[in-house]
Amino acid sequence: MITFQEIKRSFLVSVWFMFLTFPIMVIRVNTVQNVIEWRWKNLLFVGIGSFILSFVWRYLIQRKEAGKKKAEAGEIDKMPLSQRIFEERKIFVPGLITLSVFALVFPFIFSLYQTNIMITGLIYVMLGLGLNIVVGLAGLLDLGYVAFYAVGAYSYALLNHHFGIGFWAALPIGAGMGALFGIILGFPVLRLRGDYLAIVTLGFGEIIRLILENWNEFSFGPSGIANIARPSFFGIQFSVQNATIYLYYIMIVLILFTIFVVNRLQNSRIGRAWIALREDEVACQAMGIDKRKTKLTAFALGATWAGMAGVIFAAKTTFINPASFTIWESIIILCIVVLGGMGSILGVILGALILILLPEYLRAFSEYRMLIFGVMLVATMVFCPGGIVPDIRRTYKFEGLQNNTKNNP
Amino acid sequence: MEYFLELFLGGLTRGSIYALIALGYTMVYGIIELINFAHGEIYMIGAFTALIVASVLTMLGWNHIAILLIASIVAVIYSSAYGYTVEKLAYKPLRQAPRLSALISAIGMSLFLQNYVLLAQTSDFLPFPSLIPDFKFWEPYSHIISSSELVILITTAIVMILLTFLIKFTKIGKAMRATAQDRNMAMLVGVDVDRVISVTFLVGSATAALGGVLIASHIGQINFYIGFIAGIKAFVAAVLGGIGSIPGAVLGSLVLGWTESFFTGYVSSDYEDVFAFLFLVFILIFRPAGILGRSETEKV
Repeated sequence: MITFQEIKRSFLVSVWFMFLTFPIMVIRVNTVQNVIEWRWKNLLFVGIGSFILSFVWRYLIQRKEAGKKKAEAGEIDKMPLSQRIFEERKIFVPGLITLSVFALVFPFIFSLYQTNIMITGLIYVMLGLGLNIVVGLAGLLDLGYVAFYAVGAYSYALLNHHFGIGFWAALPIGAGMGALFGIILGFPVLRLRGDYLAIVTLGFGEIIRLILENWNEFSFGPSGIANIARPSFFGIQFSVQNATIYLYYIMIVLILFTIFVVNRLQNSRIGRAWIALREDEVACQAMGIDKRKTKLTAFALGATWAGMAGVIFAAKTTFINPASFTIWESIIILCIVVLGGMGSILGVILGALILILLPEYLRAFSEYRMLIFGVMLVATMVFCPGGIVPDIRRTYKFEGLQNNTKNNP
Repeated sequence: MEYFLELFLGGLTRGSIYALIALGYTMVYGIIELINFAHGEIYMIGAFTALIVASVLTMLGWNHIAILLIASIVAVIYSSAYGYTVEKLAYKPLRQAPRLSALISAIGMSLFLQNYVLLAQTSDFLPFPSLIPDFKFWEPYSHIISSSELVILITTAIVMILLTFLIKFTKIGKAMRATAQDRNMAMLVGVDVDRVISVTFLVGSATAALGGVLIASHIGQINFYIGFIAGIKAFVAAVLGGIGSIPGAVLGSLVLGWTESFFTGYVSSDYEDVFAFLFLVFILIFRPAGILGRSETEKV
């Protein structure tokens, strides 16, 4: 099966990679003591590794191409896995029940540490679903989404610090502040498209972070704000452990609420308008959709969820500083949306849980985890460019017509 | 006045460095409409390769000019090789995919390269030998602009001229322009699009590597993270000038360099980046396609 040709190609690949990685993998200079360390062993690893991986790579690429060809030829009329799960009640109902039971008992079977990680994961699910409105549905590339997250977190932290306002009152305020900032950002960028929009939103995110970092009188600068109150239950304060479990359940409820709202939005008039805007701006305007209003609502609604997630984040960690809101956060959230599958709710949820929980559980590989993370991002995109669970386009099927042609050739 | 001149030239140097990186961004964007997030990492790898080569040669006792030349050449070769490989691995399979997928792939590549250097080398800042000597004849003017700054300015100018020549007058340059205008049409008239894209990555990475060597020997230290910050700045500069346009990238970089330099000099260094970004937003509001970008009316 493996021909001589292929072995030759892989051999060339491995020689190429050995050349490529030679200075960085083999030589290490210690400029203080003026010693050079030659690590020839690494070269061997690279050579063998790339030789084997090149076979795997070619095989996977071939499989992908074959799959594409089959789909084009119409040989397989297979529904995507996600759709099949939803349509077949036999799988869907028990699956849902198992999942909800698991979600309910989670904090009792796992440790506090695990619950904390899960809360973080769920916060990112919320952020992902929010950004999904802007990027996935409306097709506006936003690289500064973390700004709204910061706005929400600081709203709660500052209100709590100065006026002692509690979590429940701050939650709608944070969401509202997020929406307000979304509109503030939305107005100047209405005319911009594509990557110009991306760079302005990136700038906006950095501006917010730098202001928080430098305006000491307002935001306490890089040292941040500590002792933010955890959520209370009708005035009852919990111990740290119970408060975490409580927050976990709050998060579950809020996620369900988010899914409900986003799902309803997606199929509403405004949701359809977003999708039309994403597909073709000119055609969308020609259909009589108000571009301004549509874009602004996308920004505002997307930012609302970020504001809310920010409040929860502040309540979870009880300490925030600008270092939590760097551009990397925006990038991670964007990765969640694209990796999961743009526009698909299930995809975004899976994407968030994978991207946030995986690095946590990869701690065993400690220093290699970000390396693996990077490889995973590339590999996922190369082998399934639509994301893990691609969005399903609404299509009308002419079933009657198909039957007719089959019967009367 | 002297202070003004100092800031002006400081901004010019900064802008030139941004320009060397921004050129790669803008060329790649012009041809495949991809924000090549890993471009900053290519620049960082260029700087690291130069550092390694320079250190080895220093220990062998070579003289400075020879080291500078050899280190730059090796850095350029390696960066180009990395740029070429990254394109083949992470972007080529995604030609037909949605644009955002390619962007995420680029982000993944950027993360990978950062951590690859971090693990194979070190996470500490490494002192970079100052390879550019202090010229004797330049001494009377060195209080305004140092020799290393002078070398940076001259190198950048030469690279710009060569690049303009490449794009305007050579066959591959013509093919590049054709591919940038319409990839399918270029294919139809017999342009080997894959080759054009590879060449673009090679050239873009080579200029980034030059930028890496120059700035590293100017500032005097590097670590694995320098590429990310520089990449973002260069990207901003490219967009500011009008992404896809080569003179635009240079102009955008210079404007960004001056903005930062003057603002730091006259107002405050805390809000340097805030001001740079506000300026960017301000320009893009009035010229939504960048300073030199043409705002094309979209055909339906």
